[in-house]
Parts: sequence; structure tokens; C-alpha cells
Amino acid sequence: MDFEPVIGLEIHVELSTESKMFCGCRVKFGGEPNARCCPVCMAHPGALPVANEKAIEYLARIGLALNCSIPERSIFHRKNYFYPDLPKGYQISQYDRPFAVDGRLEIVVDDEQLTVGIERVHMEEDTAKNIHAGGGGRIAGAVYSLIDFNRSGTPLVEIVTRPEIHSPQAARTFLNKLKNLLKYLDVSDCNMEEGSLRCDANVSVRPAGSSGLGVKTELKNMNSFKHLEKGLAMEIERQAQLIESGGQVVQQTVHFDFATGEVTPMRSKEFAHDYRYFPEPDLVPLAAGSDFVEKIRAAMPELPDARAARYVNDLGLPAYNSEVLTSSRELSDFFEATLAHFDDARMASNWIMGELLGYINAAGGDLASCRMAPAEMGKLLAMIRSGAVSNAVGKEVFAEMCKTGQTAGEIVAAKGLAQISDEPELAAIAGRVIASNPAQVEQFRAGKERVLGFFVGQVMKETKGRANPQAVNRILKEKLAG
Amino acid sequence: MTGTATAGNLLRLSALDALELMRTGALEAAALTDAYLSQIAKNDKIVAAYLRLTTAEARLKAAANDAAPAADRAPLAGLPTAVKDVLVTEGVITTCASKMLEAYNPIYTATSILKLAEAGIVMLGKTNMDEFAMGSSTENSAFGPTRNPWDPERVPGGSSGGSAAAVAAGEAIWALGSDTGGSIRQPAAFCGVVGLKPTYGSISRYGLVAFASSFDQVGPITKTVRDAALMLQYLVGKDPLDTTSVEHPDVINLPQDKDLDGLSVGIVSELVGEGIDAGVKKVFDQAVKKMEAAGAAVCETSLPHVEYALPAYYILAPAEASANLARFDGVRYGFRAVGALADITEMYELTRSQGFGDEVKRRIMLGTYALSSGYYEAYYGQAQKVRTLVVEDFERAFDQVDLLISPTSPTTAFRLGEKTGDPLTMYKSDICTIPVNLAGLPGISIPAGLADGLPVGLQLIGPAFSENMLLQAAHSAEAVIGFDAVSPLIERAD
Repeated sequence: MDFEPVIGLEIHVELSTESKMFCGCRVKFGGEPNARCCPVCMAHPGALPVANEKAIEYLARIGLALNCSIPERSIFHRKNYFYPDLPKGYQISQYDRPFAVDGRLEIVVDDEQLTVGIERVHMEEDTAKNIHAGGGGRIAGAVYSLIDFNRSGTPLVEIVTRPEIHSPQAARTFLNKLKNLLKYLDVSDCNMEEGSLRCDANVSVRPAGSSGLGVKTELKNMNSFKHLEKGLAMEIERQAQLIESGGQVVQQTVHFDFATGEVTPMRSKEFAHDYRYFPEPDLVPLAAGSDFVEKIRAAMPELPDARAARYVNDLGLPAYNSEVLTSSRELSDFFEATLAHFDDARMASNWIMGELLGYINAAGGDLASCRMAPAEMGKLLAMIRSGAVSNAVGKEVFAEMCKTGQTAGEIVAAKGLAQISDEPELAAIAGRVIASNPAQVEQFRAGKERVLGFFVGQVMKETKGRANPQAVNRILKEKLAG
Repeated sequence: MTGTATAGNLLRLSALDALELMRTGALEAAALTDAYLSQIAKNDKIVAAYLRLTTAEARLKAAANDAAPAADRAPLAGLPTAVKDVLVTEGVITTCASKMLEAYNPIYTATSILKLAEAGIVMLGKTNMDEFAMGSSTENSAFGPTRNPWDPERVPGGSSGGSAAAVAAGEAIWALGSDTGGSIRQPAAFCGVVGLKPTYGSISRYGLVAFASSFDQVGPITKTVRDAALMLQYLVGKDPLDTTSVEHPDVINLPQDKDLDGLSVGIVSELVGEGIDAGVKKVFDQAVKKMEAAGAAVCETSLPHVEYALPAYYILAPAEASANLARFDGVRYGFRAVGALADITEMYELTRSQGFGDEVKRRIMLGTYALSSGYYEAYYGQAQKVRTLVVEDFERAFDQVDLLISPTSPTTAFRLGEKTGDPLTMYKSDICTIPVNLAGLPGISIPAGLADGLPVGLQLIGPAFSENMLLQAAHSAEAVIGFDAVSPLIERAD
């Protein structure tokens, strides 16, 4: 039987605000444990939460960027459960009156445009961090557990999609696009390894072509795009095999182990919660009136689609280039920074898309693995355009710059890579090449003009590619004609 | 100290009188503090109003006050104050009368205490209460009950029983309490003193250990209405650390001496009928007659949904409490069960079953049940609707009258142990005060007289943020009622 997967994602985003959601403690990753906590985020008796206005602004940005509608009032709820990383014994979250609802995000998968509905976007707070010694890193069986409250109370936005994703690849594409959007919004570091972007998935399968929903499982602990795609594929496969062998999918939480790449159902006891949600009496409702929403809308940073359109309309780039450049906030910022030092947008975009992305892909990293500053790239492109270095040498220098962070000038000087445009020197080399290849000279003079390319190649070989190609062409033609 | 001031009459001074004597140099703060400390030393073994004394700090602060020139003194300088142990005080063990916090040393101080300390008060110590403010008799303290200064066989009321008893016993010139369903007013009534629960939001709750967040409010317990107004002046204000607090729309005034002409007062019909003791009713009726004689226009007013207030309260308050008390889990501070614990769940279970007393556990279970999946609408949802109806009842009533009055509690102080076996009977002790908390309104209890030698409280209720009118009316009523009895413990000190 053919199965169609049905996937809904729940994404948690830690906001990069200065301070925590309900107190003044600083938000930062890592550092000395329990150095950034106070009576509020450690839930001392009598302490009360105060909502972080900046976090609400960031939340509104996310809601608007995901085309959500923002109700005039939303309220906080308490989500009650006991766990040592949850100091109050409840998490302040939102429940039936979330901040933003009914949005969407468009993605392209295999050239097909898909719309993924966004059910809700809401505000909550992160937990502290538990470190369990022994017991395989889980609390059951641990010898002892340590708690670091630095993360406790970090603003956390939860984004819930509708179950409208139908392949692991589409899930990955969605998450990638969302991450990029969040970066443009300047609201989060979106670092999956550090946990500032986390993704859980609700997955079920159904016979291809049917429209009902199968029993879903909740897949947790996927801390990279690769793991998301792999974990989903494994879980879909597990469910399909289960059904085909006459079994039934049980609604449960499934843990993805990225060390072994396996998915294992968690014991039912670990997730059988009745959260007893009720309105948080310590916080007044969030009033997001039209004034507030319009203020946020007016101050929204330029989003990828708008930026791509600007590249096409103002810079004259092809649509494809614009899309590739804006698919990453860092890349597009790099491009714009290069343009501050070099005015040929098309040439800059070609070099970024060809050489820079080539380098990044080969290095298997991201833009951070490139040590070249955009200003230096601009200077290199200017050297290439003026003929100071050849195109071929330029590529070599480019790669070196990415690797070492040295400037183009330094590399060219150190390796003697400056282009040879000196007429007498080129004429001498051309003379030698013609003299030592009489057979080819005969062919050229008999009308086989493409033999010229052979001579150019020989001159380039002699000069290790540094000869100015236009000058070489002209000089060879003159000499061969003579 | 002047030659005429004996220890006994120092204990009878109101806070305002004491301030005036200190201002003129007729009285030193050190002498005043000493008078209260020796009264504590003499009587608190019996009364047990205090859980912990801060004698040394109190003496230091009083002495520093005397050393400063009169012009530089803070406005409430030198007033010996008792603080309910539900307000956290940095460096002073704060227990909420619970084994759970038996050795808990707070790392910060409640806003309300900070404000009073800045205004110059001298904190004498932390007072006993029902555990986590849950109770009406102070018998639910993990550290033993407080006794009523009028009769040590009787309870002082609760949950602010320690604070009310301290004021009534001459063990503090005034005190801070907290009121969730009557916890300031009912003990004030039982102990023959004044207790004010201000409008919800008037006073910061930051540092008030939460019982039921949407009901809790800090307030004064004093000898006179004017003293309550005085303390309130320094307590009100929006606190950036409590987003449910607001700036009081009025500057709080000290009430003036005048009659009740032009004031319309509604007796809450539902709170003077069945269930009210005859003795209480008689004192209440006499007080009403005196108010009428002083010019008040008195009528009967109905709050039709008030009979549902008690059950609604016992859904909503425990629901909030079940979450508020979840932080006492043995992980970060406070009591933790020891022994061979199988896992974290067992640690939670043993810590909480050993650390909390019966009444606290009862309410946590009530609240947990009421919020559970499948029951939420039937309990919490319904109770919220009742709360709205009660709010609307009050709004309609205040379209007709300026203030509402009722007895503060259906009985006078009952005997220790009399109601501990029957929680429902105990809960009914707050039947007159709870509706006021449901609606977030200001209410005050003033002594109306004695029934069989025990104090009876008169409750006055006003619209939200009507503290000025409420205090003025209460002050005028206090004057016409003319209650001047003090507890035998103060009498004996003369």
C-alpha cells in the first residue's frame, strides 16, 4: 500500500531579547551555571512575573511575518506539571487565547509552490536546564541531577503549523524558510545546536489519496535540519510498516536518538499529563490594539520576498539570483555589504552564487566558515574588472581569501599573481610559442582559425594564467597574420 | 518619656498619637518599642502571636530614630509594627507558618514592607497565621495556634490571627496582614481591632507569598480607623514588580471628625439573616441604630447571588492555590523529605505530604480536582460565572447606596478545637467577607461592641477605590459606636 505522510510542526523559538520573559535577568547561552537568575525565575515565594514588552514586540513581528491575524486581547495561562526544570510547577504559556492565529507560509518543494497554514503563534517561557548524571541522560535512573536556571524564563515563542506538510523534505524546507524569516526579523539566533530553535513534529500516515487522518505520534528531539528530515522519514517508515503488518499506531511521544538515528517510543508515563490550564492571575491580558499592531507593522524589517523583489527591480538581477541570495539573511546581507564597495550588482551576485556558495558547500559549513570580508570581496571584483588580475586567477584568489581571510592585494603580491599586460613581454612569449609550433601555424594560415585557441592556451600555460587574455588574443592574431 | 506615660497607657496609644508625642519630644521611640517588647515578653508565651521576634534590629532602629533630629525623621518613624509571616523579609526567616518553609531565609523583601520600612516603622517580628493563609482560626499553623487576647481559650480568627492578636494584646501598635477571603477583617473582628482590606490592586503583592493571586491583598490591622488610613497612605501605589497593581486614583486622606449626614448605607439582607448568631446580630443592630442617629440613611439592599459566593470561592481560590503552591517541591529551597527515595516522583510526594498540613493539602486537592480535564467547565468555569454575577450584584447595589454593611463574621471568637473537625463550618466563618474578595472591593471591619464579653465586628464595604469615603464613614461610625474596651492583657498592664 502507498502511504501519504501528514505532518504538523511545533516550533519553539528562543527570542534574543536582552532580558528574560518575566524578570530582568539577562538572556545568554551558556556561561557559568546559575549566574543569571533571581527570585522570579527561580520561583521564590512571593515573586511575581512582569511581561517583557520587547518580547511581545518580537512576537508581534513573527505573527505579522507569518500573515497571522492578531486578536485585540490574548491571555496567559498556567500550564501545570511537576518537573525539576520548571521552578514554579507551572509554565506561563498561552492556551485558548493565543497572541496570533490563522497565518500561512509559502514554500517551494520540487518546483511546486505549497502553502502551509499556521494555526497559532504564542508566547511562553523556557524551562531551566537539567543535566542528569547517569541513567543515559534521562531523569529515570539518574544518579543525581543538576539544574541550571540561566535558561529559566527565557522568552519562547511557539509556532504551530496545520497538518499540511506531506514529506520530510517539505518539513525541512518549511523549517529552513521559517528560520530564514526569523533571522530577517532579528528576533532569534535560531541556533538549533544551542537549542534556540527547536522543532517537534506530529506525524501520521494515511493511504495515499484518502483524506482522513491516521493516529499521530509526536516526534521529539530533532536538533538539526538533517535530523528532522531523517527522524521524520524513519517514523513514517515505522508507522507504514506497523500498519502493513496488521498493527496499529499508538498515540505517543517518540524520541529521536541522533547518535543511533533510531526512533523509540517513550514510556507512556513520561507524557501522560493533564496540564490543568487556567488563566494566569498574576498577569493582566495582553492588549494588542490596532495602534500597537500598526506600529510593529510599520517598523517591520525588510522580509526576504520584498528584498528579492528589490534586487530584481532596482538592481536588475535575474529572479533566480534574487531568490538564491535572499534565501539566507546572512548571504543577502553579505551581498549588500559587498555592493557598498563594488557597484556591479550582477557581477557581485554571480561571484557570490558561483564562487562563494561553492566554497561554503565544499567546506560543508555556513557563511561563518568564510573568512573573507564583503569589503575585500568588493576590492577583488574591482581588480578583476580592471584587468589587474585575470578571471581565472581571481577565482584562485577568491578561494584563498575565503580560507585565510587575507586581502586580495596580499595574496596577489605574495604569490606574484598580478596579470601580465606588458606588451613587449607578451609579444616575446607569443613569438616563442609560434616558433615552436609550426604545424599549428600552418593550420591557422590555411584558414583553421580556431587553432588560435591553442596558441592562447600555450601562452596562458607559459604565464601560469596571468596573461591578459584580450592582449594575448590581439598579439597572437597580429603575429600569425604576419 | 514624660512622667505621666506609664507602660500601660503607652500600649493604649494609637499610632497617630504616638507619632505626635514623638514629634513633640514627649516620647522616645526606644521607650515605645521597649513597652511593646516587654508586653510581648510578658504575654506572648500564652498569646503566641509571634513566630519570630526581631528584637535587636527593632531596638537599633528605634535608637537610630531617637538619635536623628526630629525634622529628619521618616513619617512613620518609631512605630512598633508586627508583620504577618506571609510577607517575605530578606534575612529574616519567613515560614508562612508551614513546615515547608520552616528554615526559609528569603533573598528579598516584599514591596509593602520595604515601603513601610522606608517610612520608618520598627518591625518587632513576624506573626503567626494559618498555614499559607488558609484558615479562619490560626489553628492551621504548623507551629501551634495563637490565642485570643480577650479569652485564651478562644481563637483569634484567621488567617492573620497573629497580627490581630498582637494589636489586641498590646504587642504591636499596629500590624500588617493579608486578606484573601476575610483574613484581615475576621480576625480583626474577633480581636476587637480595626482591619482594612483595600481594593484589589491598591497595594503591591510582590513578596506576599501567594495563596490565591486574584484575591490576595495586603492591608493594615490597627487600633483605630485613622491609623488604618495612615498606614494605607504609605502602602498604596503601582509597583513595577506587580502588574496587577495600579496607582490609586485618590490621595488617601486621614478621616476627619464629622457625622454621617448624607451617607446612604445598605444592610446586605443576605448577610443578616439565618446563620448569624443572636449576640452578633444584636450588637450589629445597635451599631446600625447609632449610625442612623448620626445621620446615615440606612436601608436593606439585596445581593442576590451572594449565597453562591462561598462555594465559588472554594473552587477558585483552591484552584489558584494548587498552582501557587506547586513551587514548594523540595527542589530549590525549603523542606525536602529525606530517606531512600526511589525517584523524583517519590521525592515530590513525600516532601509535599510531609511538608504541608491537612488544610493546605485539602485545598490543593480541591483546586487540582476543579481544574482537571473534564471537570474544568463544571467547576472553575461555573465559579468564574458566579464571580461575575457577584461583581454585578455589588455594582447594582452601589447604584443605590454609598456603602454596604454587614456583620464581619456570623459569630464571635469560637473555642480552640471547636471547628477544626469540620472544615465546612470553619469556612462559613468567612461567609460575610468572601463576597468582597470575589469582587475585589475594599472592606473594613471595626469593633461594634461586645457580645458575652467578646468583640463583634461591623463590616463596611465600598465601591472599588472608594477608600477615602469608606475610611471616613468607618471613622465616623467608630466615633458614634464609641467602642473603648481593650483586651484584659492591656488592661492588666496599666
